[in-house]
Amino acid sequence: MKQIFALLSGLIFGLGLIISGMADPAKVLNFLDVFGTWDPSLAFVMGGAIAVTAPGFALLFRTRQRPYFDHSFRVPTRNDLDPKLLTGAAIFGIGWGLGGFCPGPALTALPMAATGTLIFVPFMLTGMWVARHTPDLTPTPKKGAA
Amino acid sequence: METEFTPWLSLGGGMLIGGAAVLLMATNGRIAGISGLTSRLFSRSTEGEARGVSALFVLGLLLAAPLWMLVSGGWPQQWVPSSPVLMAVAGLLVGFGATYGNGCTSGHGVCGISRGSARSIVATVTFMAAAFVTVFIMRHLIGA
Repeated sequence: MKQIFALLSGLIFGLGLIISGMADPAKVLNFLDVFGTWDPSLAFVMGGAIAVTAPGFALLFRTRQRPYFDHSFRVPTRNDLDPKLLTGAAIFGIGWGLGGFCPGPALTALPMAATGTLIFVPFMLTGMWVARHTPDLTPTPKKGAA
Repeated sequence: METEFTPWLSLGGGMLIGGAAVLLMATNGRIAGISGLTSRLFSRSTEGEARGVSALFVLGLLLAAPLWMLVSGGWPQQWVPSSPVLMAVAGLLVGFGATYGNGCTSGHGVCGISRGSARSIVATVTFMAAAFVTVFIMRHLIGA
C-alpha cells in the first residue's frame, strides 16, 4: 500500500510541477530575472505549495503518532546552521540560475527529451553521487538528509 | 524570452505539489525532497525499503509528463537552454549542491519551510539569492 502511495505522490508532484510552469526552465529563469523579462508566477507555486503543506503537516503531526502505512514520521531534527548547509545551498542556487532546472523539474521534464535536459540529468546524478561520497569536513556530527 | 504570467495555474500547481508532499508524509512518513529521494537511490547505506519508496516516487515524477501527453494530446510547453557545456555545469552544481546542502527547492523550500525549520529557511534564502545573482550576471553583465 505504501508503495502505491509513493508512486501516486510522485505522479501528483510531477503534474503539479507541469501545471504550475515550474517544469519549464524558461519560466524559472524569468522568475529569477527581476531586472529583465520578470515573470513572478513561481512565487505563486511556492506560496500554493506551502499553503497546503504547512497546515497539512501540522494537522498530521498533531493528530497522528505515525503515518498510515509505516511505523514513524522521518523528519530531520537538526537546527544548527553549519557551513555545509550554506555551501551546498549556494552551489545549488548557482546551478539553478544557470540551467533553470532544480532536481524535481529536471526529472519530470526528462521524458520530453529536450537536448538540454538529456545533458543536465546525468550530470545532476553524477553531482549527487559525488556529494554522497564527499566527506563532511565540518566538525558537526552527521545525520540524515532532508 | 518572455513567458506569460500565470498566477492561477501556478497557484493550483503549487497546491498539487503541497498535496503530494502531505500525501507522502501521511502514508510513508517521508519528506518529499527530490534531491534526498533521488540521491538515496545510489547510496549503499540506504535500507532496501527506503530505496523502493524513493524509486517509486521518482518513477511517479517520470510518468507525469507522459500521462499529461496521453490526456491532452501534446507535451507541456517548455524551453530548455541547449548549450551542452552550460547544462552540464548546471547539472553538476545542482546535483552536488542540493545533496551536499541536504535539500533542494522541494525538501528545503516547500517541506522545510512548512515545518518552520530554521535550517531550511536559511538554505532557501541562500539558494534563491545565489540564483537571482547568477541570472543577473548571466543575462545583464555577460549577456548570455
